[in-house]
Amino acid sequence: MKEALENLKKLTALDGVSGEEKPVRDYIISKITDHVDDYYVDNIGNLITYKKGTGNGPKVMLDAHMDEVGLLITLINSDGLLKFRTIGGIEDRVLVGKRVRIGENRVPGIIGFKPLHLQSSKERKGTVDKKQLTIDIGAKDKEQAASKVEIGDLAAFAYDPVEFGDNKLMAKALDDRVGCAVLIELLKHKYECDIYGCFTVQEEIGLKGAKTSTFQVKPDIALVLEGTTCYDVPDTKEYGMSTVCGKGPALTVMDRTVIADRDLLRHITKTAELNGIPYQFKQTITGGTNAGKIQTGGTGAKVAVIALPCRYIHSPVSVMDINDFENMIKLSKKVLETLPASITLYREQGGKEYV
Amino acid sequence: MFNVINKLTQTFGPSGNEKKVADLIRDLLKNKVDEIKTDVLGNLICIKKGSGKKIMLAAHMDEIGIIVSYIDKNGFLRFSNVGGLDPFVILGKRVIFENGTMGVIWYEENIDEIKNIKLEKMYIDIAAKSKEDAEKLVNVGDMAVFEADTTLQNGRIISKALDNRIGCAVLVQAALNQSETENEIYYVFTAQEEVGLRGAGPAAYGLLPDMALAIDVTATGDTPECKPMPVKLGAGPAIKIKDRSVIAHPEVKDRLIKCAIENNIPHQFEILTQGGTDAGSIHTTAGGIPSGGIAIPTRNIHNSAEIVDMKDVENTVKLIEAFISQ
Amino acid sequence: MECGELLKKLNDIRAVTGRENMAAGKIAELFRQYCDDVSIDAFYNVIGFKKGQSENPGNVLITAHYDEIGLIVTGIEDSGFLRFTAAGGVDAKAIGAMEVTVHGKKDLFGVIGVKPPHLIPPEDKDKGIKMEDMRIDIGYDGEKARKLVSIGDMISFNSPAQELMNNRIAGKSMDNRSGVAALVEILKELQKLKHDDNVYVVATVQEELGLIGAICATYNIKADLGIAIDVCHGDMPDAPSDEAFPLDKGVAVAIGPIISRKHAKECIKIANEENIPYQIDPEAGDTGTEAAVHAVAREGIPVILLSIPCKYMHTAVEMVSVSDIVSTGRLAARYIAGRSKE
Repeated sequence: MKEALENLKKLTALDGVSGEEKPVRDYIISKITDHVDDYYVDNIGNLITYKKGTGNGPKVMLDAHMDEVGLLITLINSDGLLKFRTIGGIEDRVLVGKRVRIGENRVPGIIGFKPLHLQSSKERKGTVDKKQLTIDIGAKDKEQAASKVEIGDLAAFAYDPVEFGDNKLMAKALDDRVGCAVLIELLKHKYECDIYGCFTVQEEIGLKGAKTSTFQVKPDIALVLEGTTCYDVPDTKEYGMSTVCGKGPALTVMDRTVIADRDLLRHITKTAELNGIPYQFKQTITGGTNAGKIQTGGTGAKVAVIALPCRYIHSPVSVMDINDFENMIKLSKKVLETLPASITLYREQGGKEYV
Repeated sequence: MFNVINKLTQTFGPSGNEKKVADLIRDLLKNKVDEIKTDVLGNLICIKKGSGKKIMLAAHMDEIGIIVSYIDKNGFLRFSNVGGLDPFVILGKRVIFENGTMGVIWYEENIDEIKNIKLEKMYIDIAAKSKEDAEKLVNVGDMAVFEADTTLQNGRIISKALDNRIGCAVLVQAALNQSETENEIYYVFTAQEEVGLRGAGPAAYGLLPDMALAIDVTATGDTPECKPMPVKLGAGPAIKIKDRSVIAHPEVKDRLIKCAIENNIPHQFEILTQGGTDAGSIHTTAGGIPSGGIAIPTRNIHNSAEIVDMKDVENTVKLIEAFISQ
Repeated sequence: MECGELLKKLNDIRAVTGRENMAAGKIAELFRQYCDDVSIDAFYNVIGFKKGQSENPGNVLITAHYDEIGLIVTGIEDSGFLRFTAAGGVDAKAIGAMEVTVHGKKDLFGVIGVKPPHLIPPEDKDKGIKMEDMRIDIGYDGEKARKLVSIGDMISFNSPAQELMNNRIAGKSMDNRSGVAALVEILKELQKLKHDDNVYVVATVQEELGLIGAICATYNIKADLGIAIDVCHGDMPDAPSDEAFPLDKGVAVAIGPIISRKHAKECIKIANEENIPYQIDPEAGDTGTEAAVHAVAREGIPVILLSIPCKYMHTAVEMVSVSDIVSTGRLAARYIAGRSKE
């Protein structure tokens, strides 16, 4: 487990904004190469790994996305400030006062904000508008700035992981480096079913990687490993908290992209109960994951989502409970180990029945 | 036909939980078609083999409902929508769970104006005495549908879930009539249409038909002070021109019109500015499948008391039969 | 130590306004090698004294505040989350998703959380966030939190100094560690110059709460000339162009009603003679800085105000240029050395 946590911390320190996931992918390859039978990188950058099963089980896809939310430099102003757009959903307020690093050379920059003293009374009572924000790299003018960065460069948040409090970890990109770290762990073991461990790209900009990975793998069953919203801050109505940090990995019943397969979900909850692993249901029907794309790809697949509650998700300071992380690994592993024995999958084309 | 319609509308089947409806239809059609199978997502596929064109007819089995997201300490249920729900329409309605538990949808009365009502401010009361009491009856993740009965009156049906059990009934009837044709016909009863047209695409991908028709419902423009729409109850099945998910393929649309005219079937045209159908996900499947649709005029869609005209229903069956025999 | 390096060290010192006792000693250490005497007064102002060469030296009093804005714990919830309010002018909009340190029984790492957008009801989306609705997450439950944190504990922002292009540095407390860095530059310059007057270099406290430290210091030290060093707004795309100053164009010398025009003009003359880059900062009101305190201290003293342009003031990423701090130090030192007494 210590190794898994170390992997997670190293993974979050790497930059992999949607579209440029290579640093994350290279690290993952180095970690899984000895544990899988085969792997390749597809046309859009998904890392697809294959582990042959020991017995007669269904074809299982495990999905974790490598990309993180970040920024795209869209313009260099004449005063040397950089205009940007967000890649993936980042809330306006999260951006103010943050440190970023831009492009391959990791040029440091900061996102400034109009001082309180210069704000009109209307502005003071208002909200942040991300369209008004700019990145400052200290350049004096456009020419200087253009010598260091280019339009089209990607910027990631520049924050290091910090362990704090009661077994908590703060880091950027917990969504979805937790999924990647869990998947790396899972690939170290043997299972009866054939496993396709798919480290996908471009999830944050609309579940893109999952579409091509599903087209290539054509799974029977898929488990999506994710980071999910958690806002268990007091004053939030309990039914609005979505998930609670420390109550275990969270299972999606329904979100905006998918209704989890009932059989698979039942298998997961039974496995958790039999093995004394805590779990919770995601209490709000919000958000979306690769599960939506995998479920409706080709002739369809049975899908479920196991996710880690992350406070302040999609910000550089997301916080998770390390116990939840360890339980997510335990639960996923047990679910896979017992899959063929407890789940009935009847697939008419070819008529294969896995009992 | 009314008996079949009644059985279908009263069977529990919200999106993602269509099994009971599928079992019912399977029962009705066994031995009437050449092959019946269910795919991974729960789509029920009934095949009448043939050597001619491959035609897919799709009618979705799922109905709208609610899903329980949280059970509070007093046994009240918080919920979200499965498919499109209007807070005003569902306020005060009865809902029923798969195990027969009944509930009433009500709202947080401490609201300044009722026009600000939202799903987040509503809850379901299953008359439980506490959280433990409630948990004996329902769980987080359980779904419920409208509880309302089905009545035949004046040649018209008033019922919940006519969207789209009436479409299923029509398709079942067409299959039962077993009209003569060389073509291969796929009667596909799809899953999860109401939450995003999810079942139809994968079903089509597995069949790769030459063309497809979605059989669904459409709104009418014949109630007091309603939005102007050409479709009227009783004026015949509506041939789909366009909805939010698809513009019907011209050849499919023209073929439908030709069938209607040649067989003296009264018909109208459907242009929907809101709402989509299974045709939307079928037509972009694989390399593209020319698709269109026939829609049964229905009043009060997504309410617990929708209304259709039996003549429209019967004429829809006729139109389908004419189409598949071409 | 080179100015940029010093500035980075100064940025990382934590001295939330009202709790400067945490840092007074560290500031004193930085003055020590350049001064004849260093002392810390009852309010934790740090006073560096350099004797003048004259038989009858006057007193020049230079102040720059070393406190920074921060937060104060106002409550500890059963869930372990902390409620807080501002110490100094903190913009609630600018502190979301921020790392902080809670100075409780020991220094604790914390995060100021942000509500995820899809849990915000649409009618609240345009409403500004209030600090009383925000919480700090230190990762403990209520019981543990109460053992480690008390109401009234100070909270500082974590924002390590970031080096950017053109020797510009961004961090949480450029307002006013750049002023303190300028004080050290003055001391360094004065080593090389002869100056008639005694020079008192004072790093003051609680400026952010109402210029408190300066009020004490200017009372205790009877000065003949006061120099206040602070930051002014650096130029930003939508800031009024007469209120904000470009970086790297030199120290901003204030002219206005409470400033001694004679002394300010003398200062400018020296800047021109010594080729020190400067800008003019027209101040119509009382400047909102310690200059206002100097002006009416005791019987009143002539005061000038030197400002270092600082972008994004009162955010975690305030930005200054080292060159402007060096200009400020050199100008003040040479002015002190070369000024006429009348």
